[in-house]
Amino acid sequence: MTMTHPIPDPEDAAPVASAIIEVEGIHKIYNGAVTALENIHLEFNRGELTSLLGPSGCGKTTLLKILAGLLKPTSGEVRVNGKPVTGPGPERAFVFQDFALMPWATVLRNASYGLELQGVGKREREDRARHYVAEVGLAGFEDKYPHELSGGMRQRVGLARALAVNADVLMMDEPFSAVDEQTRRKFQEDLIRLREIEQKTFILVTHSIEEAVYLSDRIVLLSPRPGRVSQIVTPNIDRHGDPEAIRRNPEYLDLIDDIWAGLRDYVE
Amino acid sequence: MELYGVKVPKSAALLVWIALWEFVGRFELLLLFPPFSEVVMALPEVIGTPSFLEAARITLLSYLGGLGLAVVVGIALGLLMGLVRRADQILNMWVNIFLSAPLSALVPVIMILFGMGMPTVIATVFMFAVWIIALDTRAGVVHTSQSLLEMGTSFGASRTQQLKLILLSALPEILAGIRLGVVRGVKGVVIGQLLVSIIGVGALFSLYSQNFLMAHFWALILILFAFALGLAELINRLEERVEYYAGNRA
Repeated sequence: MTMTHPIPDPEDAAPVASAIIEVEGIHKIYNGAVTALENIHLEFNRGELTSLLGPSGCGKTTLLKILAGLLKPTSGEVRVNGKPVTGPGPERAFVFQDFALMPWATVLRNASYGLELQGVGKREREDRARHYVAEVGLAGFEDKYPHELSGGMRQRVGLARALAVNADVLMMDEPFSAVDEQTRRKFQEDLIRLREIEQKTFILVTHSIEEAVYLSDRIVLLSPRPGRVSQIVTPNIDRHGDPEAIRRNPEYLDLIDDIWAGLRDYVE
Repeated sequence: MELYGVKVPKSAALLVWIALWEFVGRFELLLLFPPFSEVVMALPEVIGTPSFLEAARITLLSYLGGLGLAVVVGIALGLLMGLVRRADQILNMWVNIFLSAPLSALVPVIMILFGMGMPTVIATVFMFAVWIIALDTRAGVVHTSQSLLEMGTSFGASRTQQLKLILLSALPEILAGIRLGVVRGVKGVVIGQLLVSIIGVGALFSLYSQNFLMAHFWALILILFAFALGLAELINRLEERVEYYAGNRA
C-alpha cells in the first residue's frame, strides 16, 4: 500500500508509457461563476481501474463527463491514446447512474444499441449483445423490457451495452448508487470477476470509500469547491480468490479508515 | 361497479339513462324529445338515405383530412417548441390561447377565407385538433430524460437518431394528444358543417330540424357520438400498448 501526497507534478503520478488517458490542466467553470474543477492533471493507466472519489459537489461526475466528451472543459486538454478529445468516441463507453435505458426496447435491443448506432448489421450486433448480456449475468432476460427488471438488472443491461461496443475505456458514473445494498455488493464482486475476463480500462465515479477501495487499483481523491485532486491512493489488495474475503482484509479496512480521516475535513 | 354484490359493467349506467329517456319521451311533452325507441327506429332510415351516405363521405373525408394535417403539424410544432427555447417563448402563449379560445367563433372567418365547402370544414377540424396535439407533444419532448440523450451522444448518435430517441420517448404524450385531438376533431367537423350548413351532416342536421324530424335528428347525433367514441377507443388501445413505459422513463 502506498500513498502519495498532494501531487505537485503529474509526471509523478504514474509512468507515462502506460497512460491511456491524459488530463492536462482541466478547468471547468459553470456560468462564468461556479468553479467545478480547478487545474486537474491526471493520468489513467491502461488496464487499471481508477476511482474518482469525493464528497458530493467535488466535480467528479463533471470530470468523468469531460473525459467522455459529453462536457467541454473551460480550459485544458484531455488526450485519449495521445489524441485530444473533442467529443465522444468509440474507444470510450459510458455507464450511466440512472441506467439510461430505452424503455420501449428489450434488453437485447438496449444492449445492442451502441452497435446499432455504429451501423453493425442486425444479426451480428444481436449475437454480440447476447454474449455480453450473458456475461453480465442476464442470460434468459434478452426479451424482457426494462420495467420488468430490478434496478440492479437494469444497470447490468447498461454495462452490457457499454461492453458490447468493445471500447478500450469503460466510464461508470456512480453505477451502483441507484441499487440496493445487497445488489450493490453482488455487483461489485461480479465486476472484479468481469475484469479478469475483459482487459479494459475502467474509470469509476463513486462517493463510497468502501466501494473505491474494494474495486480500485488507484483512487483519485477530489476535494470539493473548487474540485481539485487532493490525493492519489494506490491500494495494494490481492483480489484473487474469494471476493468476500477482501472485505475482511486488514489492508482494505485500514485504507478505508485512512481515506475517511482525510476526507472528514471536507464534510465537517 | 358493484350493485348488491353483483358485478355490473359500467355501461349499465347508460341503460338507466336510456330507460329514463324512453319514459320521458313517452309523455310527448316536448316535440324535441321523441322516445328512445323511435330514435333507434329512425337509425336505419337515416343510414339508408343517399343523402346520409353522401354526408358521411364528405364528413369522413374532411375529418380525416383535417385530423391528418393536425397530427403532422401538431407534432412538428410541439417538437419545435420542445426543442428550441426561442420558438417556445414565441409560440407557447399563442398555442395556449388557441387551445382555450372559443374556436366556433372563428369558423365564419375561416368560411370567408376558404369558402362554403369542404376546405372550411377541414380547416375547422384542423383548428380544433392541432393545438392540444402540439402542447402534448411539447410536454413529452421537454420531459425526455437528459441522460437518455447523453446516452445517445456518448454512443455516437447522429441528429436523426437523437430525434428518433426523443420522439419515441415522447410517444405516450403524443398519443394522449392525438386521442384528445381525435375527440376535438369530431367537434370541429360537426360545428364546421353546421355553420356551413349546406354540406355533410351539417346539411342533414338543418334538414331534419327544419322539418321537425326529431327522431332522425337524434339518430344522427347517436351515430356521431358512436363515431367519436369508437375512434377515441381505437387510439386508447394504441396508447395502452405504449403506456407501460410512460411511467418508466426515469
